[in-house]
Amino acid sequence: FQEQAEQFFRSGHTNNWAVLVCTSRFWFNYRHVANTLSVYRSVKRLGIPDSHIVLMLADDMACNPRNPKPATVFSHKNMELNVYGDDVEVDYRSYEVTVENFLRVLTGRIPPSTPRSKRLLSDDRSNILIYMTGHGGNGFLKFQDSEEITNVELADAFEQMWQKRRYNELLFIIDTCQGASMYERFYSPNIMALASSQVGEDSLSHQPDLGIGVHLMDRYTFYVLEFLEEIHPASQTNMNDLFQVCPKSLCVSTPGHRTDLFQRDPQNVLITDFFGSVRKVEITTETVSLDHDLAGSESEFPEDELATERLKYAEQLPVAQIIHQKPKQKDWHPPGGFILGLWALIIMVFFKTYGIKHMKHVF
Amino acid sequence: RTSVTSRYEMVYRGTTAQEEAALAAATAREADAALHPLQKPSMGSLTMYVVPETSSLLPQGTVVYVGRHRSALLRAGGSLAALQARLRQVTQLMSFTAASVAAALSDRAPDGRLSPDARRSLKSSLGYEITFSLLNPDPKSHAVDWDIEGAVNRFVKPVLDKLSLVANFSVDSQILYYAVLGVTPRYDKESSSFLLSTHSLPHVINPVEARLGSSAASLYPVLNFLLYVPERSHSPLYIQDKDGAPVSTNAFHSPRWGGIMVYNIEAPASPQTSLPLHVDVDMARVMEVFLAQLRLLFGLSREEVPAEFLLERPGNEGLADWELDHLLWAHTVENIATVSTTLTSLAQLLDKIGNIVIKDDVASEVYRAVASVQSAVAKLGMGHLHSAFQASKEAVTSSERAFFDPSLLHLLYFPDDQKFAIYIPLFLPMAVPILLSLAKIVRETRQRKKEPTKMD
Repeated sequence: FQEQAEQFFRSGHTNNWAVLVCTSRFWFNYRHVANTLSVYRSVKRLGIPDSHIVLMLADDMACNPRNPKPATVFSHKNMELNVYGDDVEVDYRSYEVTVENFLRVLTGRIPPSTPRSKRLLSDDRSNILIYMTGHGGNGFLKFQDSEEITNVELADAFEQMWQKRRYNELLFIIDTCQGASMYERFYSPNIMALASSQVGEDSLSHQPDLGIGVHLMDRYTFYVLEFLEEIHPASQTNMNDLFQVCPKSLCVSTPGHRTDLFQRDPQNVLITDFFGSVRKVEITTETVSLDHDLAGSESEFPEDELATERLKYAEQLPVAQIIHQKPKQKDWHPPGGFILGLWALIIMVFFKTYGIKHMKHVF
Repeated sequence: RTSVTSRYEMVYRGTTAQEEAALAAATAREADAALHPLQKPSMGSLTMYVVPETSSLLPQGTVVYVGRHRSALLRAGGSLAALQARLRQVTQLMSFTAASVAAALSDRAPDGRLSPDARRSLKSSLGYEITFSLLNPDPKSHAVDWDIEGAVNRFVKPVLDKLSLVANFSVDSQILYYAVLGVTPRYDKESSSFLLSTHSLPHVINPVEARLGSSAASLYPVLNFLLYVPERSHSPLYIQDKDGAPVSTNAFHSPRWGGIMVYNIEAPASPQTSLPLHVDVDMARVMEVFLAQLRLLFGLSREEVPAEFLLERPGNEGLADWELDHLLWAHTVENIATVSTTLTSLAQLLDKIGNIVIKDDVASEVYRAVASVQSAVAKLGMGHLHSAFQASKEAVTSSERAFFDPSLLHLLYFPDDQKFAIYIPLFLPMAVPILLSLAKIVRETRQRKKEPTKMD
């Protein structure tokens, strides 16, 4: 009976995914890349493999020409922890990190030519961790200094995921200024959200490193990383402890969280349910009895056949077509009502001002 | 709103002369084999023969014999009501129960509740990728050879051929060297062997998973079957079950992922034997476990069968015909439920966002999906399992293609305050001289209208 009770409180997921997004570019936003890589590192250490992580970094800090220590991204001053490591696998890099690509990854509406590593192949039994960091405001998050994603779009994307049952449970963590505004609009079930600051508050960075010349981490993620360093795959720490990370005295901003959409009590949710990849296993007690002496059918896998037709090199770039291409005619649309009305107004005003007699020339 | 009702259609008739001849066989198995060619091959239907109580076909103590194909033998006895109850029980075992249908729907429950112990067998998919991996962490001590191609041809292919109706399967294999389990096994003095306890098993998979790899081109779910040969220093290695006893198969599996089996190599007879030891893996023994795990991953388990039922072993085909039907019932229902929720949510999305452009091919996929799912529902209602399943597969393909079409991405969101914030500073200054001029025009025309009357 106790086992049944235990089963009930445990999550019903069979696999874990993580989508880690850093949305800022430029050298002075080093700390956002370091934030994302720290979470990536923890998530890999606790067991989620690269094939189940979609890592999006908007800029390259490790090989940035301004980096005095190339091929490293440090998360702590005195260069204690290099989160770039040897086996970082970035799936979306540099200019590929756009709002459109992010929403495509979440909703699954990806062009067929996209490789497997760039897809979120989650199913209805996947627990997904989504971590976003960058510069944000009240209700939006800035991507690459040129576009934004609003909280309504994000909530709609999650609803699309829910409709297609692309997740079992979702943990959304955001480390930006006014981060709590991003989770205000969620309305799909089984989502738990954490943010580094409330609406109206700024999230602050942790500490600059005088050798590298920039701030290395944001406070909230720094303390979350410290917390996660003590978690190992078998630990039983639950979400309530994660909510306590970084109180106002350390973080200056007030971290917030939202659990009303989540079915289970956060007390019963293990950190490893989202950050790690602990699988449910069952002992195999049955066997299939096989007739060992059966000769077996002839191998029906097709033998390599000799090529019957001559192979040609396929034209990759139809150069002849490109050179002699006529300029494509853009479809011409007649001007819409608003523009027409505006022109009519301006023309009338002109003729009124300068005298009605000019109008006779028009008609 | 969405619910599935099920019923069984029972038809009673006497046996034909040929069937009588077949039933005169010595054992139930021979009778079953003789009866098989006499039945019209139709998926989704079962034939049950009630033999006299005194018949010697069924061994003592067995009341029901379930064959390899789609027939069963029941021993008469007791009242007619008891016989009917037993017939119903056998039907439910061999096809579907209300519970199994509800479980197939559980992921698509309209109220959105997912219970933790909802079905964890593989989701219905158009294809599966099966990967066999041999893990050799200690190549210095063991030079392991496994004839995987031969084993796949002899043992795995018959099973996959039987399952080819359900989905496309692709099989690959690999050997990984220096791949260690994530857990250090404990040494047990009493049995002088190493033990892996049950609660450490979940952590075994993760360190290996990163190296397993999967085909970059295929998007099908992957089933991994790992054969682990323990290091010399950790041999022999046994898996412990909850009560502390070693598991007979020395294997465990994880739902929707695959299975791992530990293959122990005996210590060399004399300590002078030169390393590495050459090992030829007994593929038959290994495949017995892997195929059993494959069945369990698909949800075909024979554990909850009552004691007086005798189920015929499926042999090299891996699963009986009625088990295939069982799978198809569940997958058809699941496919239909998936298609209906996909199309509903697509319709809701397009309602909500008015300015998404729907391409022609998306529209034609939607029409095709609707037509297929309607035909699947109709055929399922009549019990034509094969055609219902094919129609449901087509419906799923079309609806997924329509829903996940890359053109259906909507990015424009204009909240009201953005409208004020952007358009007012642009148009207000522009509009001021226009409005003032309009007012002037109106005033002048009114004046002119008054003037003629004044002059007159």
